[in-house]
Amino acid sequence: MSRIPLSLTGLLLFASLATSPSRSEELKDLYFGEALYYAHQGYYFEALERLDSEVLQHDGLDEPQLDTLYHHIDDAEFSLGDFELRYRMHHRAGRAIKAVLEGAVDEQVRNDAAYRLARIHFQKNQMADAIRALDRIDGKVPESIRDDIEFLRANVYLAENRPQESIAVLHDLQDSKSFGGFAAYNLGIAYLQSGQREDALQQLARAGQVATQDPAELAIRDKSNLVLGTILLEAGNFDEARLYLNRVRLDGPFSNQALLSAGWASMSSDDFERAVVPWNILADREVTDGATQEAMLALPFAYGKLKVHGRAAVNYGRALDSFGVEVTKLDASIESIRAGRFLEALTREEIRKDKDWVIRLRSLPETPETYYLMELLATHDFQTGLENYLDLADLRRRLLGWQASFDSFDDMVDIRHDHYEPLLPDVDEQFRQLDSRMRLRIEQHKMLVRRRDDLLTTPRPEFLATPEEQAVLARIEHIETLLQGAETPFEASLQRRMKRLKGLLIYTLETEYHARFTEFDRNLRGLDEAMLVAQGQYDQFVRSRQAATHSYVGYEKPISRLRAQVSNAIEQVDLLMARQGHALETVAIKELVTRRDRLENYRDKARFALADSYDRATQAQARVDEP
Amino acid sequence: MSRLSRSFMVVLLACIPLSSGIAQDLSGDEMRSLDGQVQEIKSDVLSISSELGNLEERLLYPSSTQIALFVALAEDESFRLDAVQLEINGELATHHIYSYKELEALQKGGVQRIYTGNVATGDHQLTVTMIGKLKNGKDLSQSDSFVFAKGIEPKALGITLGGPEFGGSGIQVGDW
Repeated sequence: MSRIPLSLTGLLLFASLATSPSRSEELKDLYFGEALYYAHQGYYFEALERLDSEVLQHDGLDEPQLDTLYHHIDDAEFSLGDFELRYRMHHRAGRAIKAVLEGAVDEQVRNDAAYRLARIHFQKNQMADAIRALDRIDGKVPESIRDDIEFLRANVYLAENRPQESIAVLHDLQDSKSFGGFAAYNLGIAYLQSGQREDALQQLARAGQVATQDPAELAIRDKSNLVLGTILLEAGNFDEARLYLNRVRLDGPFSNQALLSAGWASMSSDDFERAVVPWNILADREVTDGATQEAMLALPFAYGKLKVHGRAAVNYGRALDSFGVEVTKLDASIESIRAGRFLEALTREEIRKDKDWVIRLRSLPETPETYYLMELLATHDFQTGLENYLDLADLRRRLLGWQASFDSFDDMVDIRHDHYEPLLPDVDEQFRQLDSRMRLRIEQHKMLVRRRDDLLTTPRPEFLATPEEQAVLARIEHIETLLQGAETPFEASLQRRMKRLKGLLIYTLETEYHARFTEFDRNLRGLDEAMLVAQGQYDQFVRSRQAATHSYVGYEKPISRLRAQVSNAIEQVDLLMARQGHALETVAIKELVTRRDRLENYRDKARFALADSYDRATQAQARVDEP
Repeated sequence: MSRLSRSFMVVLLACIPLSSGIAQDLSGDEMRSLDGQVQEIKSDVLSISSELGNLEERLLYPSSTQIALFVALAEDESFRLDAVQLEINGELATHHIYSYKELEALQKGGVQRIYTGNVATGDHQLTVTMIGKLKNGKDLSQSDSFVFAKGIEPKALGITLGGPEFGGSGIQVGDW
């Protein structure tokens, strides 16, 4: 019985530990939101790709506090680990979470990280590491994961064969809202593991009567009753066993097994009539189910015991026909798997779009093998292998798509090259002219600004003379120079006239200086604005010129490197898919061969029993016919 | 109990554990090694994807002209968003019809990058049209226009959609 708790708790953890990033505080980083958008739809590859880039970019910033991701960085790093976990990248998930654990983070965040790390170790069956991670939890624990932590702890102890410690933890979880039903069942299993049989039976009985409407808890309640009934059946307490087996719901997932066991409990206490009841129900159910097949053989066996040999013979005949059909179907399934159709069916796109895709496989008429693989498909290891295969198929689809896109990239670069290359020499010539004009204007502008600044400290009215005034002033100065060297009787009067004219001009320049300076300053400010516009246009031109070059230069190396990487990755994926697919096919075929062998064994038994029943029926009839 | 029933009992007990013995074959060294290699190739492909994404962005959406539009739902909105249509300067940029999964992802706080494209620097007009259904079953159809300025750096605009209680047309656009 030791395999029960491990397998069950594994499944329960898978179902209950999964958490998803929830809507909490206001979202400040669009790209983090984008990663969540994909994660909420189950597209973890896309989510990881976006968030990984975003976190890497954030980590490379000089001032990360100015980045929008800064507000969510703890959540983002956690989510990275979470997405990696969900994308079954346990190695990376472990590293991401360890990084959070070793960082200077809040106590609650650290405890949450330790819990997630423990969960990864548990899923990888590394129980000692899981315990070490759980032991790091100390201080304040987030309320939302308090029970999750304890439930995980109990399961790790169970897996480590430390039932007493598990019992102590599970005791405290009995009233848990989220784990009550599961904890009740696991407590029973922990008692069993520790050899406390009576306590185990009582606990399983309690777990089998939990009042709930939750489908998962209803299933675990059925499971408790089934396990308890089976233990009692094994111990020879047939009446008591039947009591618990009858508590299992007829429409639950454990119904078939419970009906079969209930029949055997009755048979074992020689209550053949009662055995017929559950087996009659079961014999009409899905014929591929192992319990149904067993019931099809057990039912006529019970009729034989009741000495209803005619009916026994009819039922043996029915079983024989049915087993024959199923053996043929299984042979076809084995052939189908060998021909690769099983893996083909699994990778069909429309199947994967449905969240119940494993169940829907049964409805595929061209894949009969899937009828018999439901149990196998439900096992954790097979599912891991299967998910890996499907992930590889998904990676292959992506890689092939990318491989095709490289040619488009090359075309795009070539078209741009052919378009721009003839144009650029003219553009560059124009640019050189524009550039020299622009530089001249910039220098002129700078000179004017310097002059204005000088005039502010040292007023020079003549600098603000109009061109006419400057010409007049130059003329006066020229005449003054001429007059200085000339000997003429008019010199004195001419000099007076010159002085008057110069005085008039200087008077005008001095009195109008402030008005003229203000006007000069206003004009210069206007020029500043015009220079800004010109500078903007100049920059735009430079950017466009650069953009033209950047649109086709420098892509050759990265494209060819990526092309090679994609090509290598495809080769690796193909190799891994072949190995993984082969492993899955081998296991699936092995399962089908086991089921076929069992059915053939049943068929042989049915054949002999049928002959025997006919004989007995004939003998009975002969006895009746005797006078 | 007869031999037949004994053998049935063995089968019965063997069936109880959820994991069958076959699964143990799968948890062997080969499966673990395969699992490790699958994880490695996933990591490699993720890094290729990221590098390819950067290359694609540089090639198709240079930062000087790049514009990205994102759609989010206002918090606690109960209306059902069916479709969104976006026009830039009167020309259709994109439209999207939401699946149940996508809507659920938005309701949980996810943000959808609905459009990435190129526009010149300067002012542009964005027209957002949303179609959906209110909680009371009535049809909801709203449209609103917004002006945004595109500079030389990549532009990211967040479009938040809500029902009547969100105020105005139920459409808000903001820089991000």
